[in-house]
Amino acid sequence: MTEERFSFTASAKKTLMIVGVIGIVLLVVGTISSMSGGHAEEGEHAINTITSQTDLTASLEEGPEHAAEEAHGGGEHHGSAPWLKRLFTNLWINNIYFTGLGIIGLFFVAIQYATQAGWSAGMKRIPLAMAHWLPIAGGLMLISWFVVNHDVFHWTSAGLYAPVAEGGDEIIQGKAAMWYWPLEIGSFPLFYVLRIVVFFGLWIMFFMWIKKEMLAEDLDGDVKHWYTARKYSAIFLVIFAVTSSIAAWDWVMSIDPHWFSTMFGWYVFASWWVNGLAVITLIVVVLKQNGYLSIINSNHLHDIGKFVFGFSIFWTYIWFSQFLLIYYANIPEETVYFIERLGASQYKWVFFLNLILNFFLPFLLLMTRDAKRHMSMLKVVMPIIIVGHWFDFYLMITPGVMQKDGTFGFVEIGMAMIFGVAFLFVTLSNLAKAPLFAKNHPMLQESLHHHI
Amino acid sequence: MESNKHFVLGVYEDEDVLLDAVGKVRESGVKIHEVYSPFPVHGLDGALGYKMTRLPKAAFMFGLLGTTLALTMQIGMLGFDWPMIIGGKDFFSIPPFIPVTFELTVLLSALGMVGTFMIVSDLKPYKKPRIYDIRITDDKHVMAIDLAKNKMSKDEIKKIIQGSGASEVNDKDFEE
Repeated sequence: MTEERFSFTASAKKTLMIVGVIGIVLLVVGTISSMSGGHAEEGEHAINTITSQTDLTASLEEGPEHAAEEAHGGGEHHGSAPWLKRLFTNLWINNIYFTGLGIIGLFFVAIQYATQAGWSAGMKRIPLAMAHWLPIAGGLMLISWFVVNHDVFHWTSAGLYAPVAEGGDEIIQGKAAMWYWPLEIGSFPLFYVLRIVVFFGLWIMFFMWIKKEMLAEDLDGDVKHWYTARKYSAIFLVIFAVTSSIAAWDWVMSIDPHWFSTMFGWYVFASWWVNGLAVITLIVVVLKQNGYLSIINSNHLHDIGKFVFGFSIFWTYIWFSQFLLIYYANIPEETVYFIERLGASQYKWVFFLNLILNFFLPFLLLMTRDAKRHMSMLKVVMPIIIVGHWFDFYLMITPGVMQKDGTFGFVEIGMAMIFGVAFLFVTLSNLAKAPLFAKNHPMLQESLHHHI
Repeated sequence: MESNKHFVLGVYEDEDVLLDAVGKVRESGVKIHEVYSPFPVHGLDGALGYKMTRLPKAAFMFGLLGTTLALTMQIGMLGFDWPMIIGGKDFFSIPPFIPVTFELTVLLSALGMVGTFMIVSDLKPYKKPRIYDIRITDDKHVMAIDLAKNKMSKDEIKKIIQGSGASEVNDKDFEE
């Protein structure tokens, strides 16, 4: 097999730059308008919401979340102005979303090694390139955690940990050890910050090890690299099972600190995973349409298409399992999560859009065999899923932070574009550094003859 | 009962020879009834010119039937026939209906697919199986040609099969 290399052309870079600049412009325009003009509108909007949905808003205000907030005096943790909070929220949404893409890149590679899969031998370099985002994601996550702090994570307010009679919050105090151990509760969340560092440290370490084996295989063609990579992959999968779940509690679920769901680790993972698969597929399709990856044919596309189709349903299954139990049990401390999202007009449309983009459309559009084998259809469905899961994370994070002030506009679009461009830049420039497929992969022949 | 199904069988030793032979036989204008092999031969479907199965369409229709039945049943029972308040929910509350709807969709889709497959493959419980050659379960590939569906004479067909690399050419008649 001859080696094939991806070249990250100047024109591709230029296109990305233009998208990035548009993103920055949108972000700036959006921020300025939300600082000044947009504010009055939002106020009006909030009033409309209250008058038109008296019942729901009333129940919302009586919910434990709100009652607790009233108890320990609003001022302290409402913190920054709404426009700044909005900026922080978006920073955090995109942190989580793009961290997911990076870690799923590594997870995909690890799954392929651990299951000794042959069909994917020709496309493993794309998820590997995506995983290069991990070190950047780790740095961003750590830094931005200290930036967004009180504004996104209500539980960081020291006032919550006063005695209950003095306005402390009993529920949050019960969970405090998860964040503050071993230091004094209410001081510095050492355990929490340590987890960010350790999780990213572990992920990046395994990424480096697996990458080293994959690239070394290109040079000497020794099959021992495959065995070593498989060993690392198997260990990584066990670690990832635990860390991804805890990461989901830490980074997303703790935004609503009174609420909890035992499905949440799976839910975030399912969202990350199907979104990562969609991005891998989209990159493969775009590369193929630009004349690369001649070793990938419709049989491989069919397999990765089945992956996306299947895991769209998996995501829905997890989403629904979480929703149905909370809906049916009807316990106020659990239902508050969905009341926040369904009871406010600015989130209600996102709630249903989420289901349409992430379940109904992929389910119906990818159902037939032909849809998964043809690039034209994959190119339509993958962006739907990619956008859909951004909204999924928007819906997980924004209502908990912004409450009734949450909106969707230029700030959201702009920030997502900036992150997207940065992610693609890292992915594509790293993709160009190594051959596009492993010519010495022991299963390359199997992949070339893959037929389904 | 007199014998009313007449077949000519070509026996092949190797799957590469078989794949090649299938192409040659079809090119010479002989219609192949079926090819039997002890293991799946890659590319045989394509060589025989089989069209993609329409089974998924049947599965989808049965699934849709399951969805409709499940929703009709639950809405009919809990909405009209015997409305009950369960957990303070509406009579028409879609979320609790979804598990049952899902299960019935999957069940009907699967059973319907199996049933359809049995019917199109002519696999009835009382069906007497046609055993073309006992060795197709062991080490031989057998190409069966239905004489009733071919205009050529038996000898001509035999000659074509012989020329395509078959190790044996046999006659087989069934009484049905």
